[in-house]
Amino acid sequence: MLSIENLQATVDGKAILKGLNLEVKAGEVHAIMGPNGSGKSTLGHVLAGRPGYEVTGGAVRFNGEDLLQMDTEERAREGLFLAFQYPVEIPGVSNMEFLKAAVDAVRAQRGEEPADSVSFLKQARAICKQVDLDQSFLRRGVNEGFSGGEKKRNELMQMMMLEPRLAILDETDSGLDIDALQVVANGVNALRNPEHAIVLVTHYQRLLDHIEPDFVHVLAEGRIVKSGDKSLALELEAKGYSWLEEEVA
Amino acid sequence: MADYIEQALQRPPANAPRWLDLFHQQGRRSCREKALPTGKTEDWKYTSLRALGQRDYAGQPAPVAASGDLQRHYRIADFSSHTLVFVNGHFSPALSAGSLPAGVELVRFGEADAGQAERIQNWLGKVASREQSVFTALNESGLADGIYLRVTKNTRLETPIQVIWLTTPQSEAFTVSQRLLLVMEPGSDATVMEYFTSDAAEQNSFTNGITELVLEQNARLRHYRLHAEQEQALHIGGVHASLERDANLDSFHLAVGGTLKRIDITVNHNGPGAHCNLQGVYLLRNRQHVDYHTCIEHRVPRCTSDEVFRGIIGDAARAVFNGRIHIHPDAQKTLAQLSNKNLLTSDAAEVDTKPELEIYADDVQCAHGATVAQLDETSLHYLRTRGIAADEAKVMLSFGFINELLNRIPDAAVAAHLRPMLSQFFSGEQHFVR
Repeated sequence: MLSIENLQATVDGKAILKGLNLEVKAGEVHAIMGPNGSGKSTLGHVLAGRPGYEVTGGAVRFNGEDLLQMDTEERAREGLFLAFQYPVEIPGVSNMEFLKAAVDAVRAQRGEEPADSVSFLKQARAICKQVDLDQSFLRRGVNEGFSGGEKKRNELMQMMMLEPRLAILDETDSGLDIDALQVVANGVNALRNPEHAIVLVTHYQRLLDHIEPDFVHVLAEGRIVKSGDKSLALELEAKGYSWLEEEVA
Repeated sequence: MADYIEQALQRPPANAPRWLDLFHQQGRRSCREKALPTGKTEDWKYTSLRALGQRDYAGQPAPVAASGDLQRHYRIADFSSHTLVFVNGHFSPALSAGSLPAGVELVRFGEADAGQAERIQNWLGKVASREQSVFTALNESGLADGIYLRVTKNTRLETPIQVIWLTTPQSEAFTVSQRLLLVMEPGSDATVMEYFTSDAAEQNSFTNGITELVLEQNARLRHYRLHAEQEQALHIGGVHASLERDANLDSFHLAVGGTLKRIDITVNHNGPGAHCNLQGVYLLRNRQHVDYHTCIEHRVPRCTSDEVFRGIIGDAARAVFNGRIHIHPDAQKTLAQLSNKNLLTSDAAEVDTKPELEIYADDVQCAHGATVAQLDETSLHYLRTRGIAADEAKVMLSFGFINELLNRIPDAAVAAHLRPMLSQFFSGEQHFVR
């Protein structure tokens, strides 16, 4: 589904990704871990096409297509979703209006008509409940005045509405209490099936108690330096990252 | 411009009662004494009056056989109101609806009896000073009709009063000089909307519209002044308010752009404990022009004012916002806030925004800010990561910028009326039509 080959990227002229390789197949859940500043968030932003994140080398194929040639919105319509670590507040644009526009854009790509308002509202309400957000959040401005945890739940709600083929969750677990963590885990586990793939970018092993990954990768200095199964996450939890950095050096 | 004024002064309204005729004369005198604004006049630095010279606007409007079809230009769904409709300055009984409840006195200037004329003269021209602008004096000299609306002591009006000023083209260009004098007696409470609109895209009217609001002790007024005229309908006018002790004015202003549109807003805090809340939105495109000059006079202690104006300026349009706050020496414990934010959606669009603070009291809190910006790139990117096309995302963000203020409108039906009307502004259509 996603094939990253020797990806190099700079932010403000500074090299952050320095030859990253990753293969993600449909049905898989990957966890990417690593110390601060290793390039974890940059990877998500580069894949989502954020302005200012410049790809200087390598290739990314998404469902066989050249991802890097696509506009940001095309990537989303093809099924790529990034849950932001720091979602943006957009006062004046209601969450509902935003969700509807997003869902309709993805539907249009599939050749479907816009969702009818009644069933859309019904679905939105149901998902709102699933992520444990009050219904009033649908009417409020996008993320406007939401707490950190509420913003993360809102990201999750968008993910569940859009049902992306590939969801990348950028530190969605950071700053969450145990209940919220469970909500995130439930959302991700609900998306987990043979057609979808999930990449969890995380600093801590904690989330992986709730979502069992098929693969765990360690990102350091802009490269994946070690890959393994879920036991690698436990090892990292116990030993930290420094032993790996030494090993790589 | 000078020609226009001279022409207008030579054609005073006919058949006015004696007291109103004296008022006209006063206006004429004042008009002749005043220097005309030029590009060097500070108050008019960014607003050209050239458009007034391009047609002979000094003509008088003729009565119009009003048809119910005009209602679609102003009717607000689910908003029940007592409605007064004026077409080209002439009162239209056929379009007006709803009998006024007890406790409200409504008089058209031309029909006032002796007692009413006296009450009118108590206030007329006292809040809107003819010294402030030559156009105020001109309005006085040309006032064929006007409305005196009085909400008597402790009367609480459940149903809003709506005054519609609609212009429709005539064979000759013309001026509508209109005035609303609203007196809210102590303890009264009401919602009053002024709605300026016009029918066809082709317009040849110049409206000189002045509103005087008197809020006596403890009176509460929710006031709207909506300018949704067609681009070619010219307008110069304003709203001038006097707030007595503990009075509360909550005012919402809207202006879609026009060839020439200039609105002056003055709020005089004359009694301690008064509060005003001013909000405004302006939307311009093509080569339109809107100029808001606001002035909050804090003359007495313990008053508050909260003013927020936002504008979106596209194409080669130009907006002017001048926000003055004047805190007099006696106005201790004043709390005054002013914010003006502008969004430019084109490289050729322009805005001149200027906060103007004059503070002569020491124990006050005063905050102000003016910004001019383009759309936020981070927000734009966020919307695009959800599959929303860049163009659509820009429309959503632009609309969101003013929708924040629409969300604060106290009457949901009014907000619901304005949203689709204003969102058309962001579609690719050439003209602002409804």
